Amino acid sequence: METLLQQIVNGLVVGSVYSLVALGYTMVYGILGLINFAHGDVMMIGALVALQAILFAQKMWPSLGPLALVGIGLVVSIPTCMLLGYVVERTAYRRLRNAPRLAPLITAIGVSFLLQTLAMIIWGRGYHSFPQLISTVPMQPIEGVFVTPVQITTLLVSAGLMAALLLVVNKTPLGRAMRATAENHRVASLMGVDANKIIAITFIIGSALAAIAGVMVASNYGIAHYTMGFLPGLKAFTAAVLGGIGNIGGAMLGGIVLGLVESIGAGYIETWSFGFLNSSYQDIFAFIILGAVLIFRPTGLLGERVADRA
Amino acid sequence: MLTDTPSATMTTNPATTAPILQLKGVKISYGQITAVKGIDLELHAGELVCLIGANGAGKTTTLNAIAGTLPIATGNILYQGQHIEGLPAHQRLRRGLALVPEGRGIFTRLTVEENLRMGAYTRRDKDGVEADLERVYTLLPRVKERLAQVAGTLSGGEQQMVAIGRALLSRPKLLLLDEPSMGLAPLVVEKIFEVVRTVMREGVTVLLVEQNANLALEFAQRGYVMESGLMTLTGTGTELLHDPRVRAAYLGELD
Repeated sequence: METLLQQIVNGLVVGSVYSLVALGYTMVYGILGLINFAHGDVMMIGALVALQAILFAQKMWPSLGPLALVGIGLVVSIPTCMLLGYVVERTAYRRLRNAPRLAPLITAIGVSFLLQTLAMIIWGRGYHSFPQLISTVPMQPIEGVFVTPVQITTLLVSAGLMAALLLVVNKTPLGRAMRATAENHRVASLMGVDANKIIAITFIIGSALAAIAGVMVASNYGIAHYTMGFLPGLKAFTAAVLGGIGNIGGAMLGGIVLGLVESIGAGYIETWSFGFLNSSYQDIFAFIILGAVLIFRPTGLLGERVADRA
Repeated sequence: MLTDTPSATMTTNPATTAPILQLKGVKISYGQITAVKGIDLELHAGELVCLIGANGAGKTTTLNAIAGTLPIATGNILYQGQHIEGLPAHQRLRRGLALVPEGRGIFTRLTVEENLRMGAYTRRDKDGVEADLERVYTLLPRVKERLAQVAGTLSGGEQQMVAIGRALLSRPKLLLLDEPSMGLAPLVVEKIFEVVRTVMREGVTVLLVEQNANLALEFAQRGYVMESGLMTLTGTGTELLHDPRVRAAYLGELD
């Protein structure tokens, strides 16, 4: 029972990060029909830029407290990633707006490699230890179940960001224009919507979320590295597909479900396989889910909610 | 009297007022295929003009080019005396040029109210928008009953009304309507045309594309007939309605 509870806690935390990253995939897909495979790498850049800013701030102002340092890391890395997302969209994807679908997809993979290589050139091939500014000393709210403050922070910040995003998308004129553009660019432009602007804003919002997710991942594991965006990126993509790609609520749900399945799976895989596999095989769950969704329910959990009539 | 040149038939408005819309030698191509082969068209403020013609004559293509969702190959489009060929669609709307597209172009996943509010996307005068919403509700009472409903679940007629209401919320000076009667029951069509007439009375200039030539010509002050990408006839609604060529080709009369 403790194992299950523990894995549920872990799953919620990691799942909330998947959700944040999945939102970037799903929003871009919803509006452009493009899988932006470079999105995970934007997250990686977010983590490394934050690391750089934190190290710099520690050197300049040694008296700064941990929260101030995290704040500085975010304040530098969020705008950097927003700019990066905008530049990628503007230079790589916009000119392929009317190209066959495969062209932007391949370009996205190319941008992913480009960002990884750039990060490798700037930060080197080694692993960087990411300062654990928020405590990782576990607490025990229930006997046998451990939660760290950084996990709690991750969960709360993710939940807050997702609530804010839902509010923007569903209740503001900007969000309305985003949904309208996602459904039909041409008609949205007939309403006076500058589709290019809305698309750019979508990339910028997704990249900001990715930057925050990157800092969370690095804070939780205490490590940053130029390939750290790849696997979480792929899993977040899986989460987006699981929830129904293009569907914002779906990305949130998909991320949480994927995190839970993965954590619980990792907790029990040894028992289930009679000791043949151990928890380091936890990654297989994401891809089993991806395969299963694509075969049995390609529209995802929340896909195709609305019937188009008349 | 019918003439083959549009400029000679300025029946409703004196030539002293500059036209609100002017097309000069407009050609539009899809790749290798030229859909519109050099057309002229003139609209004066306050007019209701219809554009009729068979399927594939280039009517929708022409409207899309005026609204800016389709580029033109050659020629000029002047709106209120200014060249707008190079303006993207969203900037043309800001100048008061609204299109209700063929097939209505409803945002099916948005609610009816959200659809209507999309029409006011460029406006910053909140009070004006609320007042205009109320006006649309009085004009289209059936729309008001369904504000919270997802627009994709509306019937075709209701969707058409939402599409027109939405266009009105941008406070257009020139309203382009692409086949508003398509696929709708006669009673609904009547209701929609009634709304268009009200809108016109409020001073909005209307360019109406219709396949239902009879209906359109009875309704409009002037008309253009389009055939295979060219303007072949123009005249007042009544003139065209009684023209043997029009009757034979579009009103299903054989003599």
